[in-house]
Amino acid sequence: MTAADGTSRTTAADGTSRTTTADGTTRTTEADGAARMSAADGAARSDPGEVRSYHGQPVLKEPVWTWEIPLYFFTGGVAGGSAGLAYLSQVRGDEELARRAWAAALAGIAVSPALLASDLGRPERFLNMLRMFKVTSPMSVGSWILSGAGASTTLAAVNAWTGLFPRTSRIAKPVAAILGLPLSTYTAALLANTAVPVWHESDKLLPFIFGSGAALSAGAIGVAVMPPGRAPAARRLALGAAVLEGPLMELMTHRAGEHGKVYRRGVPSRFANISRACVIGGAALLYRRGNSSRIAAIASAALLCAGALATRWSIFEAGFSSARDPENVIGPQRAAIQRGERPGAARLKPRSAVTDPTMGSPPATR
Amino acid sequence: MSAGSKLETLQTHAWPSTYGEHAKPRMGFFTDTSVCIGCKACEVACKEWNQIPMSIKGFSGKSYDNTLDLGANTWRHVAFVEQQVPAGVEDGASLVEAAARAAAMEAGVQTYQEGEGIRWLMASDVCKHCTRAACLEVCPTGALFRTEFGTVVVQEDVCNGCGYCVPACPFGVLDRRKEDGRVWKCTLCYDRLKDDREPACAQACPTNSIQFGELAELRERAEHRLGQLQNAGQEKAQLYLADEDDGIGGAGAFFLLLDDPEVYGLPPDPVDTVRDVGAIWSGAAMAALALAAGIATAVFGGRR
Repeated sequence: MTAADGTSRTTAADGTSRTTTADGTTRTTEADGAARMSAADGAARSDPGEVRSYHGQPVLKEPVWTWEIPLYFFTGGVAGGSAGLAYLSQVRGDEELARRAWAAALAGIAVSPALLASDLGRPERFLNMLRMFKVTSPMSVGSWILSGAGASTTLAAVNAWTGLFPRTSRIAKPVAAILGLPLSTYTAALLANTAVPVWHESDKLLPFIFGSGAALSAGAIGVAVMPPGRAPAARRLALGAAVLEGPLMELMTHRAGEHGKVYRRGVPSRFANISRACVIGGAALLYRRGNSSRIAAIASAALLCAGALATRWSIFEAGFSSARDPENVIGPQRAAIQRGERPGAARLKPRSAVTDPTMGSPPATR
Repeated sequence: MSAGSKLETLQTHAWPSTYGEHAKPRMGFFTDTSVCIGCKACEVACKEWNQIPMSIKGFSGKSYDNTLDLGANTWRHVAFVEQQVPAGVEDGASLVEAAARAAAMEAGVQTYQEGEGIRWLMASDVCKHCTRAACLEVCPTGALFRTEFGTVVVQEDVCNGCGYCVPACPFGVLDRRKEDGRVWKCTLCYDRLKDDREPACAQACPTNSIQFGELAELRERAEHRLGQLQNAGQEKAQLYLADEDDGIGGAGAFFLLLDDPEVYGLPPDPVDTVRDVGAIWSGAAMAALALAAGIATAVFGGRR
């Protein structure tokens, strides 16, 4: 038991197993055993792998965002997905579906800014969102996307229903359809670009879930607003997304490893279950009866939209659980340091040897 | 000059290039927790000077801590950690102390439970003023900015309370003030710095646990102190956030701890989320393309 055991980061990172003599039972198979073996360490007797924390206090702050935000994830997805559906339907010559999908897109994009402003601590300063454009801030980028999509979708919908602005809307329609795509997925980047482990670690799959949710809700609404059997494209979109939604969510939970545990308990798990039930039920109903009964089509669309909303809510709530739980934050960080994958932010070894070993005052300054 | 090259590594992209000749040396805090006595003078001085609303949390049952965390209304937070430690002579106690204890126990005096004692760790936590500050980078309004001293400050006349910085901070420093709607945090006493004065907490600290100064100089001082403590047998003494190769590129406010960071409520490997913003955006872009492909397939891939 030499000082060298516990004093260098490289030692802590090498991962070799050691046995301490201070306490014959403490196996230091984890690399940090070297750090833990210090006799003056109260946690030396704790189970190996147990996460230490400060009185169980959270390390991160929970987001201050409220119900408006997951609802906006949904309405933004409805707007983005519907704009794409409307534009391509029009290209294919399905004018009726196009018109009604533009209306759905307009409805989605009209409530979105209101929801976002209402969530601000200072709603009257909503326009400060457009003071600058920062790619490091998905919220900044999103504000501009939402502004552009809002203007172009409004023009497109007004033209589809009244025929006004024929020339401007020839540009506005494809612009709205294109901006609808990032509008549907940037919200995932917004969540991923935080320190909240379960969000940050899901940066690859989260946008696909948000994209599939946008397709799901836009397709479902397309089915609901058309007479039965008259919107096969919307039906295909809804059913296709419904098939993807569950497996994507499952894959994300699985890939998030330790962090994904928050989806298996409490509120996030409840919303995930609601989502699963709604999506499966809605998709089955749409598949069996959607073409024959208007009531069945509307009911299935409502279920699918509820499913898409519940998925967003589950993801939203999972972030709170993840931030609140110090183990979810500290555990994986410490584990990565022990495996030698990360240097960590603490260093035991002084950069230079101390020539004067006495406990004295620090070198005179200034 | 070597000092010059050392300064280079302390710089951030927003500073001093944006300030040009008005840039000042980067200022910071070195919090040496080994001499903290838990008096909370820093908390009080900070509240007084910055006129922060009161935040009474009552009895927490967590040692002497009734502040609990940093937040909109607490810009300094003193942590109290109680640890059971073996009190044998082999663990660093002096021979004299061990002999005295043995004599006391022989006389029937139970000085320590089962030969163990309690050590009390105290540390004053604060905003880290990161080199790579996620709060600043995700702020959509530009309310958070880098000052000419290399510190990170919220402009309260710009902040619209969007709250993005709150979950972006890997230390859980920022929070929104409910009654006010805006986000507040330590400014490293920007107003005092502009007047060539040290921050209120550092001035109030009676043991010099909170040291304020030019960051380059503080780091040298910290290395020396770490060496002293290691030599004195504090094997777990460690510098936290003192290096550029950590996940936040080093901090303006760094610490000397006597145990692992998580014991004090600090993350062992904080990372600036914006490091990964490229991957995050490419994920969002690929998903957007997939959505386009999905809609196109649905529209064109079957009967009308």
